Amino acid sequence: MREEILWISGVNPLKCMKCGKCTASCPAFEKMEYHPHQFVEMVQNNHITPLLESESQYYCMSCLVCEERCPRGVKPQKLIEAVQVLKLRASEGNRLKPQDVANRLDPSLPQQALMAAFRKYSR
Amino acid sequence: MQKIGVFVCWCGSNIAATVDVSKVAGAVREEPDVVFASDYSYMCSEAGQLMIQNAIKEKGLTGIVVCSCSPRMHEATFRKAAQAAGLNPYMVEIANIREQCSWIHKDKEEGTKKAILLAKAAIAKVRFNEPLTSGETPVTKRALVIGGGIAGIQTALDIADAGFEVDIVEKSPTIGGKMAQLDKTFPTLDCAACILTPKMVDAAAHEKIRLFTYSEVEKVKGFVGNFTVDIRKKARSILEEKCTGCGACTEKCPSKKTGNEFNERLDNRTAIYIPFAQAIPNIPSIDREACIHFKTGKCGICQKTCGVGAIDFDQQDEMITRKYGAIVAATGFQPISLERFDEFQYSKSPDVITSLELERLMNAAGPTKGELIKPSNRKHPSDMVFVQCVGSRGESCREKSYCSKICCMYTAKHAMMIRDKYPDINVHVFYIDVRTPGKNFDEFYRRAVEDYGVDYRKGMVGKVMEQKDGKLLVQASDLLTGEQLLLHTDMVVLATAIEPDKSARPLATMLTASMDTNDFFTEAHPKLRPVESPTAGIFLSGTCQGPKDIPETVAQAGAAAAKVIGLLSRKKLLNNPQVAKAEERLCSGCSGCSKVCPYGAIDYEVREIWDHGVRKTRRIAVVNEAVCQGCGACTVTCPSGAMDLRGFTAKQIMAEVDAICR
Repeated sequence: MREEILWISGVNPLKCMKCGKCTASCPAFEKMEYHPHQFVEMVQNNHITPLLESESQYYCMSCLVCEERCPRGVKPQKLIEAVQVLKLRASEGNRLKPQDVANRLDPSLPQQALMAAFRKYSR
Repeated sequence: MQKIGVFVCWCGSNIAATVDVSKVAGAVREEPDVVFASDYSYMCSEAGQLMIQNAIKEKGLTGIVVCSCSPRMHEATFRKAAQAAGLNPYMVEIANIREQCSWIHKDKEEGTKKAILLAKAAIAKVRFNEPLTSGETPVTKRALVIGGGIAGIQTALDIADAGFEVDIVEKSPTIGGKMAQLDKTFPTLDCAACILTPKMVDAAAHEKIRLFTYSEVEKVKGFVGNFTVDIRKKARSILEEKCTGCGACTEKCPSKKTGNEFNERLDNRTAIYIPFAQAIPNIPSIDREACIHFKTGKCGICQKTCGVGAIDFDQQDEMITRKYGAIVAATGFQPISLERFDEFQYSKSPDVITSLELERLMNAAGPTKGELIKPSNRKHPSDMVFVQCVGSRGESCREKSYCSKICCMYTAKHAMMIRDKYPDINVHVFYIDVRTPGKNFDEFYRRAVEDYGVDYRKGMVGKVMEQKDGKLLVQASDLLTGEQLLLHTDMVVLATAIEPDKSARPLATMLTASMDTNDFFTEAHPKLRPVESPTAGIFLSGTCQGPKDIPETVAQAGAAAAKVIGLLSRKKLLNNPQVAKAEERLCSGCSGCSKVCPYGAIDYEVREIWDHGVRKTRRIAVVNEAVCQGCGACTVTCPSGAMDLRGFTAKQIMAEVDAICR
């Protein structure tokens, strides 16, 4: 599971120097059971099941302050998003197949939504 | 008749693991002119060198090839060994079968084949080697120290005590550097000025030391033992011989709007000023950018006030040229700019300060006479937050990748001193790690925690927000309790990263001394030669070489002085004879070579030449062998092939190529 999360996110958790600046800056701290710095530590130590089962991943607003302020370029938000993606893929959420795309294309659909849907729903 | 000996080193397993060394020795034994070939585990060891020397004597060798590590490691070693056995040291060639062969290949067969080729190439080259002799140059018995902080002062004192003349060039109007701005120093809590000013006075009073303050180095020419340096003595607008240092002029000056650099711009100074009370020399300078007279032609009050007529508005910069045998770089450091650290609100809130600014606030001679008050409203703070590692240990473009080394200790010092003087102030330190490795350093930090109740929290400050009531709201994390804290505090102190002084990079270009990407001067070897630059004659002292505290700076300053003393004590210097030479019969005097020479080593003279039975007068190139560094640019440029490099002649290089291609 760890390998898949690292592959999806492109994050290297070894770069983290455990300073806690991400968690110090996170506006969603109160709502999260596991905080950004813990996501990084737990993914690195392959302690991923509690992260998958927790609601914390949904409270991340993708504000990217953690990425902005991290001195080591770790990008905790990408890791949290990767955990969300993993959960989606595991829960038989394969609702979109490439062959179906042509039928469903709506010219007013922004490209970004299409790409995001592919990232989350394919495989 | 040539007799060449080949010695193949195993270098333990460094070479032998990927190269079959005895096979290499066997392969070259059959080469023409080779009369001896052997292999051994460590050629550079005493036993290995003895083997070479015995072979030279017994077989009457005329040249040797050592197949070993890079010549940068042991060329000098093997040259010395050969010389001791009676062979000219330049009849030695090194075939690098380690860095350029065994260390970059994994396949032993490939490695062995390549090593044999490299050995054959070296043998082909040594056949054309000539016995060269080093030229001699004198040594100017004077050293130049660039930078007048504690590092420069200590180095100068040590060199002067050994009996040599030293000049200190310092760009600010006084010597003393950053240490003069400090309040107390760790781990002893000595008053910085109390331990520095005696050294400053010694430097000024020493008969062998000459101070050039408010001066900068503008040009450096020459080479080790024989540098010629142009120094610009900037115009203070004061006649130094007349000034008594009474300070009356500074009291009357109406221009009071310039930020006082010595107090980190926490207060202002006048246009005519003495940086601090114990400045040496105790002579003011006029900041022409701030002076009303220089800007508008009016005022001139200081000149009217001066009782001895020492003010000279017409004074110009003076250029001074001096000769030196050695140069020491001691340019020091500065804190980084915090303009890209918006999360701490440093640019917005006056109560968010750097550690150096805090030093000035706490110093009894500082802008608040040593009373710790909030810069915003001058009230007494009840709570303070210290943030560590601001701009250090990071990988983004706004910060430095290295640890600035001194901050953990100085923050513990600040925290302890505040708790000692004002036990009512709560002090919190947010840290990533606490790095206190020196003698008595960890015990010092533990005293801050255990005896003085400083609240150390492992975590970071995310942001600082100004509140309407004048306080600061700090949002931080505590990783050990898993909390996000919101602290209402009065002041935030940022332990800012340090970087080399901005004068360092232009200076490195002038000295042709190497620098790393962080603008720290590079040492010749990080472990074994920490105070010398790879450029001969240039030495390094203090933080310009890397972040360090005062004990390390003083130690390094003494080390640099020792190296300088060793250099200046020599009667003469031997220069590298592997330099360029123009063959007078082929040279047409086209000047192509001198145009490309980066060292300015080539000159011309008119000479009478005997050319094929005809006497001709021609302008030919002459190389200054002491300045020439053997880079070879001239040899490539020369259209007639007159210019050649001794030890790397065209013939030698072609022989190597032929041996490899055969």
